[in-house]
Amino acid sequence: MASFEPILTRHIHREDSHTLSGYKNVGGYKALEKMFKTMAPDEVIEEVNASNLRGRGGAGFPTGVKWGFIPKDSHKPTYLICNADESEPGTFKDRLLLNKTPHMMLEGMIISSYAIDCHLAFIYIRGEFYQEHKILEKAVEEAYATNLLGNDILGSGFDLEVVIHRGAGAYICGEEMGLIESLEGKRGWPRIKPPFPAIEGYLRCPTIVSNVETLACLPHILNRGADWFKSIGSEKGSGPKLYCISGRVNNPGVYEEPLGILLTDLIFKRGGGLIDGRELKAVFPGGSSSAILRADEIDGLRMDFDSLSAAKTMLGSAGIIVMDETVDMVSVCLNIARFYAHESCGQCTPCREGTTWLVKILNRIYQGNGSLNDIDMIFEITDNIGGLIDFSKGSFGKTICPFGEAVAWPIRSFVEKFKDEFIAYVAKGVEVS
Amino acid sequence: MAQNRTFKFTNPQRVEKILSQYPDKRSATLPLLHLAQEQEGYLTSAAIEAVAELVEIHPGEMMDTVSFYTMFYTKPMGKNHVQVCQTLSCSLNGADSLVDHISEKYKIAHGDVSQDGKISLVKVECLGSCDTAPVIRINDSNYESMTVEKFDKIVESI
Repeated sequence: MASFEPILTRHIHREDSHTLSGYKNVGGYKALEKMFKTMAPDEVIEEVNASNLRGRGGAGFPTGVKWGFIPKDSHKPTYLICNADESEPGTFKDRLLLNKTPHMMLEGMIISSYAIDCHLAFIYIRGEFYQEHKILEKAVEEAYATNLLGNDILGSGFDLEVVIHRGAGAYICGEEMGLIESLEGKRGWPRIKPPFPAIEGYLRCPTIVSNVETLACLPHILNRGADWFKSIGSEKGSGPKLYCISGRVNNPGVYEEPLGILLTDLIFKRGGGLIDGRELKAVFPGGSSSAILRADEIDGLRMDFDSLSAAKTMLGSAGIIVMDETVDMVSVCLNIARFYAHESCGQCTPCREGTTWLVKILNRIYQGNGSLNDIDMIFEITDNIGGLIDFSKGSFGKTICPFGEAVAWPIRSFVEKFKDEFIAYVAKGVEVS
Repeated sequence: MAQNRTFKFTNPQRVEKILSQYPDKRSATLPLLHLAQEQEGYLTSAAIEAVAELVEIHPGEMMDTVSFYTMFYTKPMGKNHVQVCQTLSCSLNGADSLVDHISEKYKIAHGDVSQDGKISLVKVECLGSCDTAPVIRINDSNYESMTVEKFDKIVESI
């Protein structure tokens, strides 16, 4: 691994990294001062566009391009929402930033708000993040007290209010349209896109929803320039990235590396290899919504948006979950199916019914009462929820939001890649009866 | 029953502050529900109606919202509300044995409150602390890298 100096997590080991003074001591809010003195909003958008920053929440959409969608002639207010509703299984990177360096994200929010002419921004934080919520409240309070928020910020003439909004335990509210509905005080039922939130989001006004980690990148881009940011990682994806490693590894945790690092380096070097020196069997590269990879598929595989999509999976939230040779893939598949059945918002029939059927069928197989027809039925149901896995054709759109694909891809990948284990369960059941 | 009680926010300034932060009233729904639940431990019908009135929607619509979110309770939970994460990373690291232990020790299943009202148990999905799996949450705090022995000690101490 080439030497890489962490950017987002560089100072988090300091005891006061979460405080305003701690953040300022290491150069915090310098980007903001520079921006107010030397940059017009359009120049900020240009710089972020040039940096090739892609969203860190899962979809990987270019941040500057998203900003550019906001109608120029709109008479409605524009809103920014920081998506801190981190709930993808295997993902705990935003939680680290919220705990250790909330001001970095806040500075990013102010920069983003200035660029899109937003004067009221929200932080939608996961309801279960109670401690993080307290830390964030304190950070926002500190920012107001020192004129980093409020009216005429640092004498720039720019006004911004920030409101922290707690969720209440619903995975789907991490989806941007579900989040917006939830912020409006309703069930977190995603809306059909288009119109995209940049045109009609919160209260039908132009709205940008950005992930915590994406926002935390912004101060660094303004401080050190788009070219510097682009020089980190590869052409396929620039900048630092937080990777979460969990499951059966020796050193689970959050590791900051450039986009495009080898997956094997993350598992065996940073993650310290597998517990008890066991063999790797399979790995989720980007949270449980990504298609699973077998051990023989990961050699030379780089952790960036395009490389993983070429490998028919995705970078997603960069939540790497490692499974060793002793792990029973039928039981893991059932665990994941149960998660999605629990979290389906219930709005679209293929997803609401399909996820429940998947749990029933997988349970039946797991209990030894399954048949070979059940295996075919899993394919049929996943196709019905999320379409065939053909990234080149992009067969999306059977449900209102991408949750459908997020169920279908991993479940299907388990049965495709570990079919013999499913067949063995069926055969065992036949033997017993 | 308790459901017939009236409900009044004990901190009206906080209510005003919350309402003033949003461009429309209904957006204050989730924070007001959180506040009501903090006050009473769960959401009574009276509290749900009170929040509906504040944000000017029908109580039925408010119930529609409440029922969507797993963190809103419409019945009392135990004094110590134990939530065990059962999603993959926790499951791979022994979450199931924690659930079995708690169920057996307090004679409660998922969603139950113990007879003395001291403990309630729910199995929950990913708590976002997969590097310290298995994780449980008791009331508002997370407890990491849990074992059966650690759990018993923690419950004794709180």
